[in-house]
Amino acid sequence: MTDQTFSRRSVMALGGAGALAALPLPSFALTGSEAEGLVTSAVAEINVVIQSGANVNSMVNSFKGIFERYSDTSYVAAYALGNDGRSASDAQKSAFSDAFGNYLANKYGRRFNEFAGGEIQVQGSKTVNSFIEVNTVAVLRNTSPFQVDFHVSDRPGRPVFFNLIIEGINMLLSERSEIGAMLDARGGNLDALIRDLV
Amino acid sequence: MLSACTAPQPGAELNDPYEASNRASYVRSVALDRIILRPAGKVAAALPMEITGPVSNFADNVGLPGMVANGFLQGDIAGMGTNTMRFLINTTIGIGGLFDPAGAIGLAEESTDFGETLAVWGVPEGAYLVLPVFGPSTERDAVGTFVDLLFDPLQSVGTMAQLDYATGAKIADRAISRGAFMDTIDSILYESADSYAVARLTYLQNRRFELDETPPAGDEIDPFSDELSLEGFE
Repeated sequence: MTDQTFSRRSVMALGGAGALAALPLPSFALTGSEAEGLVTSAVAEINVVIQSGANVNSMVNSFKGIFERYSDTSYVAAYALGNDGRSASDAQKSAFSDAFGNYLANKYGRRFNEFAGGEIQVQGSKTVNSFIEVNTVAVLRNTSPFQVDFHVSDRPGRPVFFNLIIEGINMLLSERSEIGAMLDARGGNLDALIRDLV
Repeated sequence: MLSACTAPQPGAELNDPYEASNRASYVRSVALDRIILRPAGKVAAALPMEITGPVSNFADNVGLPGMVANGFLQGDIAGMGTNTMRFLINTTIGIGGLFDPAGAIGLAEESTDFGETLAVWGVPEGAYLVLPVFGPSTERDAVGTFVDLLFDPLQSVGTMAQLDYATGAKIADRAISRGAFMDTIDSILYESADSYAVARLTYLQNRRFELDETPPAGDEIDPFSDELSLEGFE
């Protein structure tokens, strides 16, 4: 059921993620097992951080690093900003993208104690539109197992997450709603939002 | 209605004509959380699993007869069978429902309620509502909650102990869940720029997921679609 094996290509893509991100490589067709491999590997890294017993700030920093290596940070930031990003300058977009990464690492990183001792079991994957949905079940203490779907694409030329669906709750939709509300609270001032997100 | 692919937020379609009164009710719910549920959750989180586990098991178990009845009304024979077996095994071998031997042999609860029965019968979701004490709901789920409370078959099949402690255990179980997800729930209730909007979106998406009602919202969010320009974000 759980495919823990990596193809050589996906290992290379993950290992060389930093270098690959800078190169305009032609994208390869993403397979289900590569997408599952990405999930398995990210979960393993997150578990190492949780079990390290490090302080919260250092954990949040580690999560930011994992987020940057495993996810499509540009797409996630662009989606969260949505139509509000249309009138933004490139400098604002780039600053927002960076600040939003910090915000996510902070927000979700601080909750990982709820996942301590739990595990994510990969159930399988399927192709949806032009991406792959990896279906997993989160087994945590104190609660019934619940479904977590990772959406994986190779848009940047390597496999990356761009969305997370927990029992039907879509992370990108939630964050777009939240970022919209934060902008409204600042009278639509994007620079103020970027300052506050850092 | 839900297939509009040009919608700015696919899957997030909201029907909230009572937003003003809902927001007022929501503010009261959050106050109730701050004063009662959250502190109770803190206490529950500090208790050992040996105590909270049996309380949660007991609370889940007394909910099963209602789920069996709803499974019947929905024509869900498999779910009905699983929940009946769970109730029988956990009430007897599981010492009145304090333990969950049924779960250990793979009989997981097939969670359901009268709101789902109404959905199966074709009743539309209706408007979003925030109920006093119960919190986020919809017109359909509000009727469901009310009917489940009023007609609980536990009254006819439950043991004396189950009848006496059912309500108390359910309330304690709410505190236990609140404690187990302290940080996540805190972040929705107290750290969000528009906590009401997040709670509404979260409730509706999760409920539609449980009822299998919409095509997964995320399916239309696709990095290869041209809907979104990534220029400048890279």
